[in-house]
Amino acid sequence: MKKELRLMKGNEAIAEAAIRAGCDGYFGYPITPQSEVLEYLMAEKPHERTGMVVLQAESEVASINMVYGGAACGKKVMTSSSSPGISLMQEGLSYIAGAELPCLVVNVVRGGPGLGTIQPSQSDYFQAVKGGGHGDYKLIVLAPSSVQEMYDFVGLAFELAFKYRNPAMILSDGAIGQMMEKVELDDPRPRWTDEEIVRISPWATTGKPAGRERNIITSLELDPAKQEKLNLKLQEKYRKLEKEEQRFEKFFCDDAEYAFMAFGTSSRICLKAIQLARAKGIRVGMLRPITLYPFPVDAVKEMAGKVRGILVVEMNAGQMIEDVRMIVEGKVKVEHYGRFGGIIPSPEEVELALEQIIIGG
Amino acid sequence: METGTVNSDIIREENLVYRKSRVLTDNIMHYCPGCGHGTTHRIIAEVIEELDIQEEVIGIAPVGCSVLAYNYLDIDMQEAAHGRAPALATAIKRLMPSKYVFTYQGDGDLAAIGTSETIHSANRGENITIVFINNGIYGMTGGQMAPTTLEGMKSSTSPYGREVSLMGHPLKITDLVARLPGSYFVTRQAVHTPANVRKTKKAIRTAFELQREKKGMTFVEVLSNCNSGWKMTPVQANKWMVENMFPFFPLGDIKVNGELVSK
Repeated sequence: MKKELRLMKGNEAIAEAAIRAGCDGYFGYPITPQSEVLEYLMAEKPHERTGMVVLQAESEVASINMVYGGAACGKKVMTSSSSPGISLMQEGLSYIAGAELPCLVVNVVRGGPGLGTIQPSQSDYFQAVKGGGHGDYKLIVLAPSSVQEMYDFVGLAFELAFKYRNPAMILSDGAIGQMMEKVELDDPRPRWTDEEIVRISPWATTGKPAGRERNIITSLELDPAKQEKLNLKLQEKYRKLEKEEQRFEKFFCDDAEYAFMAFGTSSRICLKAIQLARAKGIRVGMLRPITLYPFPVDAVKEMAGKVRGILVVEMNAGQMIEDVRMIVEGKVKVEHYGRFGGIIPSPEEVELALEQIIIGG
Repeated sequence: METGTVNSDIIREENLVYRKSRVLTDNIMHYCPGCGHGTTHRIIAEVIEELDIQEEVIGIAPVGCSVLAYNYLDIDMQEAAHGRAPALATAIKRLMPSKYVFTYQGDGDLAAIGTSETIHSANRGENITIVFINNGIYGMTGGQMAPTTLEGMKSSTSPYGREVSLMGHPLKITDLVARLPGSYFVTRQAVHTPANVRKTKKAIRTAFELQREKKGMTFVEVLSNCNSGWKMTPVQANKWMVENMFPFFPLGDIKVNGELVSK
């Protein structure tokens, strides 16, 4: 059967994907450049389409705690925001990770620090992949590079979040959120029934029936020995994620002498830069991480053994490069090219950077 | 069955005057003797048992002395971050509208760090019940000044007494909540005498019953002593509460059936 095609903004794709993924609740607060998610949902009346709850909260702090409450009930719940709002959510995210609850948070990143700019950026990489809030925890982080992936990763994020009982984040940026592309939509999946929720998430606070122990959702444990055990359990889960869920995409790597590493919007600039470089006879390829956590460690290692130099291209002052350098361990040259403050680099300047920093440097 | 020195003949159903609610667990409470938390927990358990809604209740514990409330109530419960309980409760109730959802919060949690969540959930008319324990102090963190600390009252962060010109006024947040169109039943009670315990129980029962009618937020403030934080004996603390807290936070219904009670 032919799939439904639609021209959509990245933010609208997130919202439509949520409805079609059987999402139970969205709780959000307006912020540029992601407000279309809430606007689209309100206009679509998902309560009539699927019974999905959509609520505009009084702050991002309230939004993430609404997500916390809903997630604890075994519901598929989500929020979205942009950088300053995501900073406000860090406390809640830490609680959700500590209580091991599945949920989805979308960050349509804008430049910072502070109020910064409303233009696109990738400067929240550290915050997304290193935890962000207090305590030792990780989010599952997916980095879309197209509007189609904005749509596809909503379902994938929920799937991984429930598989690992862990919050998942889609780390997008203002460019992907705002631009319009063709999207192939899939058939809507129904929301889970109460019976399905109890079966899928027997730990959820759905009301204590006679004959089962009460379910308690908390991250609190005052006994250090027990708290350490809880932390070890989390670490064990993260090792499993690192082993089983690394996702990436390779471009022109077979004959590559040099490589770009980039995610999201930067990876699209690099694709064009590859064409420019190859027209000059420079054999360059690209490794594009799809999961920023777990990071595609194995693919980076493999690539480091095959190329003479890697240029990490990011719309920030150099964040992902720290992870790449740690994996490469100095075996080949790894350098950074970044623009920030809302600037998107041109393919020409990226190609030139490859020649100057990696090949000629 | 012999039980020590008790004459087993008197242990009969017809002689029973009190039995611990089955909605209370057997865990020993960590609260200080004389504190109102234990009594209020017991009241909530009894109301849940009497309304026969144990399977339909979801409770939210706060950060504060009652952070471990879920150890004592035999119901499904969630632990919120400091001040955020009404946000959790909002989502739970909207996602599962047939359940009874309540938060249990202290004055620091509800009236300082959680003011925004309190006001906005009340203003939206969320069909949840908030049980608010007001003892005018941060108990768990060791007796610091709370938003409800009275003028002149000493605490570890107002060691010479709360000076309003420097530290601001004590906040009557319950009166604020009552003035919002989304709140339906708002009352202030206490648990220091058997008569007051009965009134508080009636108030909490009414609050839960109104949830079923989807009338809006129901809000029960319970004044309590914090004898450890106030550095008094339980008896002294109750006397101090009656003489100093009650004049500023008068007991009684503030809003009934969606209408402010005129005084």
